[in-house]
Amino acid sequence: MAINEQTAVHTDAARNEVENPSSEVMRFGPDAPLMLDSGHRLDHLQIAYKTYGELNADKSNAVLVCHALTGDQHVASPNPVTGKPGWWSLMVGPGKPIDTDRFFVICSNVVGGCMGTTGPASLDPATDKPYALDLPVITVPDMVRAQAMLIDRLGIDTLFAVAGGSLGGMQVLQWAAAYPERVFAAVPVATAARHTSQNIAFHEVGRQAVMADPDWRGGNYIEQGVAPRKGLAVARMAAHVTYLSEVALHRKFGRNLQDRQALTFGFDADFQIESYLRHQGSTFVDRFDANAYLYMTRAMDYFDLAFAHDGRLANAFLGTATRFCVVSFTSDWLFPTIENKAIVRALNAAGASVSFVEIESDRGHDAFLLDEPEMFSTIRGFLSSAGTARGIA
Amino acid sequence: MNAPTIIADGIRRFDLVNIAGMVEEGSRVLDIGCGDGDLLALLQTTRGVDGRGIELSQRGVNQCVARGLSVVQGDADTDLRDYPDDGFDYVILSQALQAMRHPRVVLEEMLRIGGRVIVSFPNFGHWKVRMLLAFTGRMPVTRDLPYTWYDTPNIHFCTIRDFMNLCDEMGAQVERATPLDRSGAMVRFSAPMWFWNMFGQQALFLLSRR
Repeated sequence: MAINEQTAVHTDAARNEVENPSSEVMRFGPDAPLMLDSGHRLDHLQIAYKTYGELNADKSNAVLVCHALTGDQHVASPNPVTGKPGWWSLMVGPGKPIDTDRFFVICSNVVGGCMGTTGPASLDPATDKPYALDLPVITVPDMVRAQAMLIDRLGIDTLFAVAGGSLGGMQVLQWAAAYPERVFAAVPVATAARHTSQNIAFHEVGRQAVMADPDWRGGNYIEQGVAPRKGLAVARMAAHVTYLSEVALHRKFGRNLQDRQALTFGFDADFQIESYLRHQGSTFVDRFDANAYLYMTRAMDYFDLAFAHDGRLANAFLGTATRFCVVSFTSDWLFPTIENKAIVRALNAAGASVSFVEIESDRGHDAFLLDEPEMFSTIRGFLSSAGTARGIA
Repeated sequence: MNAPTIIADGIRRFDLVNIAGMVEEGSRVLDIGCGDGDLLALLQTTRGVDGRGIELSQRGVNQCVARGLSVVQGDADTDLRDYPDDGFDYVILSQALQAMRHPRVVLEEMLRIGGRVIVSFPNFGHWKVRMLLAFTGRMPVTRDLPYTWYDTPNIHFCTIRDFMNLCDEMGAQVERATPLDRSGAMVRFSAPMWFWNMFGQQALFLLSRR
């Protein structure tokens, strides 16, 4: 069986979310343009977001959760496209480490995404056609600038905390660097202050897979009623391997055969791992826009917080009063402990208040999304004591 | 539950009080091997310090973080080089010097990171230790150092005299040297160094760069 023979872009349900998301939406017009690092501006910006819990009277209990590469605003409630639980529902909710009984949680889809915030699949008001590649390249600072506009609009001055993993962790670092006075506590998880060469390489493989698909059509596939399904699925398959670990993969699949007793001496999915990856690829294209994948990966590639501060990461955090809790995982080879420790080292050099734990886990980068009790206990303890210091009931 | 300790709990507790007495109010402190954060918490409440910690065990770090302390999971033998020069007023190593792989390197890093260094360690020159070795012909196992040679985390024992020599070699100024008895109380009377080296069970040093 080939990856998938369907031709529609991501499914209609997903397509509907782009213009009319089934979450809250904030719209900004030319009076409040989003200024981009590329020098361009977005005169029409739509931000799709979800909130959980109640904002307290003095607006001191707001937590911004930042999503990763293919995440979205549905952090703690069922995803409207897939029907699956929110991507961090183990972490966020009543009584969870990010406790919605105590904190007011905000999660917005990032600029460049495809779940209701302006991205390449959104209609360009100037042409009434999807932006496709006419959308300027979006950076992590751009994403954070847009989030700050949303937070302003919600009437929140200081966030009690900003938390997120991977690309979400990059946003956390950018928040702390760009708006130190607006962030009381920061929880960057399984992330880095810059994307390494190896990680840029993986992303480039994925982008080339998308662009090599004849149905990509120079990015104009939506207009032409097709979609680079195969290319995006291959990109996802390759990327998915980087989120796991050799140990975890072998434990789960070993060399087990898929629905057969013997090797077929062909190129069908003989092995369970092949079948699993094909499934991951084909379900991903049902929910995610191919061009958004290009934009999101590019944003991560461009991220280098030290470069933006005279080459010295500590300069990004000089004089900060934000308290940090950095978390890494032993088997994460995409955002390894050494990258997370570089953040800790810079924070120490800047005299910042920082805690750091390296969680023992063999589940690779994905561990931050999974049931990892030690991570929960660390983040729960950190936010709980910080909440007390902040005077949050 | 306490984080794993490499030395009897009672000593650690007295040690904390003695160390806290050496730290000036409102200073910046780095506690190496901070365990579950008892010393940092004590220093924060009684001396108003701005404290940071390094701890090897995940359990210890999690306990510290839950207490609102800023603690980094790491290994003093390798991670001290990540700290900038003169980032702290005091760098503290309580009852852990003997467990370091490279005690001299650790001490030198501490002197680089902090204006003042506070170190406490068990004195292997104590007469009981000497007697055990001399008369049983075996490596001493005592109430405070209950491990046998093959499973001990304490791999670099020294005597008070050894430590003074090292300070000399490193060019560290010994500002205060206090022998402690078994309970951790300070030995108050003045005595020559050979006497301390014989009768002090513990040693507590305050060092600075010369």
